[in-house]
Amino acid sequence: MGFIDRFLRTRKFSRGIHPEDHKRPAADAPLRKMPLPERLYVPLLQHVGAPARPAVAVGDTVSKGQRIGEPQGAISAAIHAPTSGRIVAIGDIVAPHPSGLPVAAITIESDGRDEWTPLTPCADPFALDAAEIGRRVSAAGVVGLGGAAFPSAVKLSGGRDANVDVLIINGGECEPFLSCDDRLMRDRAADAIDGIAIMLHATGAREARIGIEDNKPEAIAAMRAAAAGHAKIRVEPVPTRYPMGSEKHLVLALTGLEVPANGRPADVGVVVHNVATAAAVRDAVRFGRPLLSRLVTVNGVCVREPGNVEVLIGTLADAVLEFCGGVRADRGAPARLLLGGPMTGMQVPTLHVPVIKGSGGILVLDRDEVGVRTPGPCIRCSTCVRACPVGLLPLEIARRVRAGDLDAAVKFGLKDCIACGCCAYDCPSHIPLVQYFHHAKGELAARDRHKLRSEATKTLAQARAERLEREAREKAETAARRKAAPDAQPAPAPRPAVATPPAGESA
Amino acid sequence: MSTLPHASPPASPHAHGGASIARTMRHVQVALLPATLFGFWLFGWPAVHLFVITVGTCVLTELVCQRLMGLDSSFGDGSAVLTGWLLALSLPPWAPAWIGALGGFIAIAIGKQLFGGLGQNLFNPAMVARVALLVSFPVVMTQWVAPLPMTADGAPGFGEGLWITLASPPLPDAIASASLLGHAKTELSRGVDLLHALGAATDPLLSWAGARAGSLGETGAIFLLAGGLYLLATGVIRWHIPLAVLAGLAIPAAIGHALDPAHYLPASAHLLSGAAILGAFFIATDYVTSPNTAFGQLVFGFGIGLLTWIIRSWGGYPEGMAFAVLLLNALTPVIDRYCRPRILGRTYRGAPIDAAAQRGVK
Repeated sequence: MGFIDRFLRTRKFSRGIHPEDHKRPAADAPLRKMPLPERLYVPLLQHVGAPARPAVAVGDTVSKGQRIGEPQGAISAAIHAPTSGRIVAIGDIVAPHPSGLPVAAITIESDGRDEWTPLTPCADPFALDAAEIGRRVSAAGVVGLGGAAFPSAVKLSGGRDANVDVLIINGGECEPFLSCDDRLMRDRAADAIDGIAIMLHATGAREARIGIEDNKPEAIAAMRAAAAGHAKIRVEPVPTRYPMGSEKHLVLALTGLEVPANGRPADVGVVVHNVATAAAVRDAVRFGRPLLSRLVTVNGVCVREPGNVEVLIGTLADAVLEFCGGVRADRGAPARLLLGGPMTGMQVPTLHVPVIKGSGGILVLDRDEVGVRTPGPCIRCSTCVRACPVGLLPLEIARRVRAGDLDAAVKFGLKDCIACGCCAYDCPSHIPLVQYFHHAKGELAARDRHKLRSEATKTLAQARAERLEREAREKAETAARRKAAPDAQPAPAPRPAVATPPAGESA
Repeated sequence: MSTLPHASPPASPHAHGGASIARTMRHVQVALLPATLFGFWLFGWPAVHLFVITVGTCVLTELVCQRLMGLDSSFGDGSAVLTGWLLALSLPPWAPAWIGALGGFIAIAIGKQLFGGLGQNLFNPAMVARVALLVSFPVVMTQWVAPLPMTADGAPGFGEGLWITLASPPLPDAIASASLLGHAKTELSRGVDLLHALGAATDPLLSWAGARAGSLGETGAIFLLAGGLYLLATGVIRWHIPLAVLAGLAIPAAIGHALDPAHYLPASAHLLSGAAILGAFFIATDYVTSPNTAFGQLVFGFGIGLLTWIIRSWGGYPEGMAFAVLLLNALTPVIDRYCRPRILGRTYRGAPIDAAAQRGVK
């Protein structure tokens, strides 16, 4: 029963798509390190959760690794100076976001000396308890480096409470064009494995399974060699199938367990961390070294020397591109500038934006690589149904969204959509399905907000009406009393009742 | 330098697999080519003329409809050509020009554009036209000719073929014929049982080669099958609908024939006659009018096969594929409603799956 059930569930992941991967030759090019830029622009919000609060002032001198942003709230991450120098500005810059809207950032002018702040290393991380590891990871500002940028300490220290028994390490890297995780596993396998061992210790999981897509044989070999001495760490090749890097799909492929809708992997006893995050955790716990840089894939047919670069957080993407030889003149004007991969990454209007902790790729694509054309009518070919890794009917959802019937779209599973883009990638009519779903989700959120607000308004209005009524009644009663006993002393005026707004709403 | 002039960036994905409607239609047309050329060779120039007229009318009707509705012309996607093509293949090869023209008009104007154009129609346009013609002009629509290959003595030349198509002179007896299904139906209705009526007519070899009376493009089973396999190989269609149609037809036929060979044709005769193969691979698989999910497609295909067998065995018409397709087209929304895929992390009913139950299975 168990075996058959597991087989059937693993087989479920025959959906999804197999996009052209375009990972080579960038993946095979040796890793390069970018020289120190003159200025670094470090945004205060580089993670899921609340932005950090600046801990320095303009004019301050900072050393490399010094904390310049304090986390705020339960889900947040600290921000550190990527190099030594002087704070020249704290204010808005263009955000690495499709809107190009401003975001608060700390601008550092490098002094060129790259001097470290004193760090507190730890000789034996395995002597520390989970809470202390969590504190060190949190102090280092480590977030998930796979793209979602969820503060890692929250997942690590919550491990024991959630009774996690399998730690899954995401080395899938299913996005076409990207190879920074591949490169990390090839070049820093020992560090990653060390980090995984620390994570195992922190979460209390029974074992760790490293899922790597089978199109990365070098990474698999390197990680296997590095993990040889660890009985509890296993490297497991998984089929090259987009979106294998999606948390729920990797869990399904490696364990046969299905994360419940609206749930998290912890619900089935699994926690998932990206492989680059593991290396960052190792640096943080063993050496007290904060997260100051990351590997970034610079790729796309328009790039002169595609490859992977170690980049300081806060370096302008433009400068990284220049370091890779800039844009080829013979390819015509680039059609898209992307941060992240082509399937889930975002188009930015300009590359004059900083690299942040979650940026895995800087892509400059031409028209052929993008390949998106004017949308045609849906011919119900159900290619999208076949492609959807979640089991949705994208064409039916899109039809409801187009008709403005959001409730029906939700019934068809709109909220279960992971926006992986498989449906739109394969659609012969080039319908921008994901755009429809984003739009609908935005509308739903707006509608929920509006509903909350109007409910609050209604409650307040009702309270006011009751108060006015009561006041009128009391006034009338006083008047009546006064009439009945004209010689008596005038009664003190009644205090107006104060309406209290309902909890949780600051309308 | 690295700045784009876009104001509002499009959402992900920023890559595409390269599929397009036009490419899909082209694949289907390539797949139909062998059977079509065979039909031309087998039935001569009148068949070619009929084909040109049917396809031409479909394209023209599409252009006129879209002009009248003020829409952009979608001629480039090749869907109107394909509708005309499939309709032509399902007509008697020497049918008069007006049948082809009227059919082409009905297919596009009523079968497709009235519903809102490509992707909006509930029924397969080619089958709408074929059924409309069949019920309106049953005599013309069941006048078959015996195969008279283009290269044979006495086969009509280009000009003579044109005259046959345009003026539709009465067919000489030597050329008029009956299809196998029609013959079987007539004989059964006369009280003659099939064992005596058919003799060697059901010889599968003859049917595979397709050298017998029938619609323009239905008889060359082997060419249609080759085209169907091409569609499967190129991923234009999947196996669910064709296999289910053939199974839905063959299984009851085999049972019927085993029980009473005097009244029920064998499965091989059903599969190789009429529109069985053409219908299974090219008509039932129409994207717009078939269900979305694999399971739904199995139900849909099996329904078509079964219904075809029922109509052929007990209905008033010798062939039932077109009726069966239209009836199941009507059921497609219902099938879609009840055959939804399971959402990851949810039960079939849509509730989140039980996490605790799974922790034991690991």
